[in-house]
Amino acid sequence: MSAAPLSEIGGGAGWLPEASSFAPRVDRVFDGLLAASAGMALFLTVLTLVILVRYRRGSAGSRKAVRIATWKIETAWIVATTAVFLFFFVQGTSVYLEMRRIPAGIEAINVVGRQWMWDVRYPGGRREFNRLHVRLNTPVRLLLSSEDVIHSFFVPAFRLKQDLVPGKVVEAWFDPTRAGTYMLYCAQYCGTAHAEMTGTVVVLAPDQFAAWEGGRDGGAESGSPGLAGAARGSAIFQKYGCAQCHGDAAGSRAPRLAGVYRGPVRLADGRFVLADDQFLHDAILRAPKCAVAGYAMTMPTYDGVIPEGDVLDLISYIKALPPAPASQVP
Amino acid sequence: MPPLNPPAPPSRGYLSDGTTVASWLCTRDHKRIALLYLFTITFFFLIGASAAALMRWELTRPNGDLMTSDTYNRLFTLHGVVMVWFFLIPSIPAVLGNFVLPLAIGARDVAFPRLNLASWYIFVCGGLIALYAIVVGGVDTGWTFYTPYSSTYSNSNVMVMATGIFVAGFSSIATGLNFIVTVHKLRAPGLTWFRLPLFVWAIYATSIILVLATPVLAITLALMALERGFGVGIFDPKLGGDPLLFQHLFWFYSHPAVYIMILPGMGVVSELVSCFSRKKIFGYKVMAFSILSIAGLGFLVWGHHMFVSSQSVYAGVVFSLLSFLVSVPSAIKVFNWIATLHRGSITFGTPLLYALGFLALFTIGGLTGIFLATLAVDVHLHDTYFVIAHFHYIMVGGGVMAYMGGIHYWWPKISGRMFPEGWARFSAVTIFVGFNLTFFPQFLLGYLGMPRRYHIYPAEFQTLNVISSAGAAVLAVGYLVPLCYLTWSFFHGKDAGPNPWNATGLEWQTPSPPPSHNFEQTPVVTRPPYDYPPL
Ligand SMILES: [Cu+2]
Ligand SMILES: [Cu+2]
Repeated sequence: MSAAPLSEIGGGAGWLPEASSFAPRVDRVFDGLLAASAGMALFLTVLTLVILVRYRRGSAGSRKAVRIATWKIETAWIVATTAVFLFFFVQGTSVYLEMRRIPAGIEAINVVGRQWMWDVRYPGGRREFNRLHVRLNTPVRLLLSSEDVIHSFFVPAFRLKQDLVPGKVVEAWFDPTRAGTYMLYCAQYCGTAHAEMTGTVVVLAPDQFAAWEGGRDGGAESGSPGLAGAARGSAIFQKYGCAQCHGDAAGSRAPRLAGVYRGPVRLADGRFVLADDQFLHDAILRAPKCAVAGYAMTMPTYDGVIPEGDVLDLISYIKALPPAPASQVP
Repeated sequence: MPPLNPPAPPSRGYLSDGTTVASWLCTRDHKRIALLYLFTITFFFLIGASAAALMRWELTRPNGDLMTSDTYNRLFTLHGVVMVWFFLIPSIPAVLGNFVLPLAIGARDVAFPRLNLASWYIFVCGGLIALYAIVVGGVDTGWTFYTPYSSTYSNSNVMVMATGIFVAGFSSIATGLNFIVTVHKLRAPGLTWFRLPLFVWAIYATSIILVLATPVLAITLALMALERGFGVGIFDPKLGGDPLLFQHLFWFYSHPAVYIMILPGMGVVSELVSCFSRKKIFGYKVMAFSILSIAGLGFLVWGHHMFVSSQSVYAGVVFSLLSFLVSVPSAIKVFNWIATLHRGSITFGTPLLYALGFLALFTIGGLTGIFLATLAVDVHLHDTYFVIAHFHYIMVGGGVMAYMGGIHYWWPKISGRMFPEGWARFSAVTIFVGFNLTFFPQFLLGYLGMPRRYHIYPAEFQTLNVISSAGAAVLAVGYLVPLCYLTWSFFHGKDAGPNPWNATGLEWQTPSPPPSHNFEQTPVVTRPPYDYPPL
């Protein structure tokens, strides 16, 4: 084994640190499974070995048939096994449901997967590649998307894994509970350099995080600090000519965007949908499929035109728009 | 004074009915077709194993500097595709099923002998197409062919390889159909359903899966090819498709495919455990019904491969519950095998050693499967080496151990000759040790976070990887030794006689090797299966 222990990238707690709020909870379920399985495996091994020795050909052990009815034995096995399995099912499911209950009201960090790198865009405007900085003990919400094929955001120390599916905006979250630098892997095979699509997640104490946020020192690889995600979105908004229809001066050719986020939208086909991240994402890329009631569909498809990261910036821009007067909400 | 008539050399039954190449390639005898399959899949096994050996060699070093990434990616794809579709799926059904099934039900052949030969030719065609795909540069998608990587992004011979698998699938369907009809129509008089050996039950259930699931694989690959070749948007979101649809379809086939690989093994092990403990199988009906319920429930759990794919949380919960439930009958089978040994009269012939190896490895594979069915835990373990270790324990530790046990058990029937017991025990133990050395460390690697399909990895993982590679070398010895002594014994082994294990079962009531028409007289069955004399 090389001289550098995992703790160097793992935060110093043996082989695999528990660095998120749900890491210990996942581990307790894992430990329970491990204890039960090891116990079972050991029991069956000893039992089988005893039987093999005792009932080898020519040995003296009694060969009389067991007097308990077979169906009783079978029923006991089936019931006991099912009960133990259900116990672990309930445990694993309850922890999982908690892991998937994403806390509301946190600004999301956009993470775009691309062959073969991680493109991280912070709400504050920073952009980094293959590195994610987060503040200790502060829940982090991620909006994951992919530019090309399926990737998977995997941080073993957080017991967190979530696929990035092209065409979808997938949410994930974690609450880092231990400062340190942790490995980030792409866990879904994505082509030639899949094994090199790795990065790190840096968990900083609040003061260090503030220092990192304040300057370039903390984030040596950061791209264009200072330009906020929303501001970048605004530039993209102009670039693709969105303002011509959606802008304030455009009359009523297209739905107003201010305040639309997380509100209800009535579609041309009569359905009501929630304007969440996924809806905005689809409406930008494939407008004809998301036609809003009351407007003629004139918006082209931007699929393959606007890169995935820019779409997420546009969504950040839409979220940041000041709320519109009530009468203008579509 | 020497006898006037020197004793005629013992007849080699079906083996001596024609010795020309044409007599083999045009045969309709299920026993000869079984041997054709045996040669073919052994050839593919050696190819798949060579790829694994190269991968384990590369993985002894963390830097991935022994070969390029593209080479490594092609190797694991080759290994997966060849081992799954050209070795494991046909292994027990097409070799032992073909050879033993008609004998075990007292039939002269399968229901459709010509279709049976056609199945082999289709299989060989599919295999040759797959080999062509490998020779002209290989495929780098992994055996899972996930879209949109396979349908849009991969620059490798995806279409050719998919064609090979597509074609081979028809061989599976035809074989499955053949066996289903054979079991329904050709059972000997008196051989009622609940007098069938569990091996027959297992092959029967497997055949149903083959017929129902394989078409879905064919459809999935065809849709993927449509998108790749003609830009029809099905899976790629840029064309208006849904990448997860592919995973649903693929696993709808591929989870049941796991049972295609393991159910026949369960059947074989039931025969071995019963024969070598001289006792009827404990809980025969429960065993038969658990085979059927595994085959049925196996169609309802595919979503457990997609817990982190962004499928709905509630779908995940349902698939998790069903995955726990499908494990119950498997656990019950393990208990019943151990109960069969209890108060038996056990001898430790090579087939039993393999059966015991199966019991141990399948149990570990099953228990670690429970970890993966547990939602919160699977989020961490999914797509890591833990999963690799788990399914190798099931498919190799379970499936291949049972296949080896079955080959040894029925070898005297197939060849009419005995294999050298000492060498055979040596290799059984070597395989068991080598297997655990190879795959147990991978559970640890996976828990620590090493993702699958990574040949460049943090240096901390090197020790465990080196142990695993050393184990692979031991495993290779374990697999090569039987290849040598079985070949030798086919020509020079001592005569086996009709029933060297004193086993029940109709296949043992005819000479070894059996005549081409199997039985001089159609046997009549009057007794339950595994009717060993009281101890
Ligand atoms: Cu990736
Ligand atoms: Cu499965």
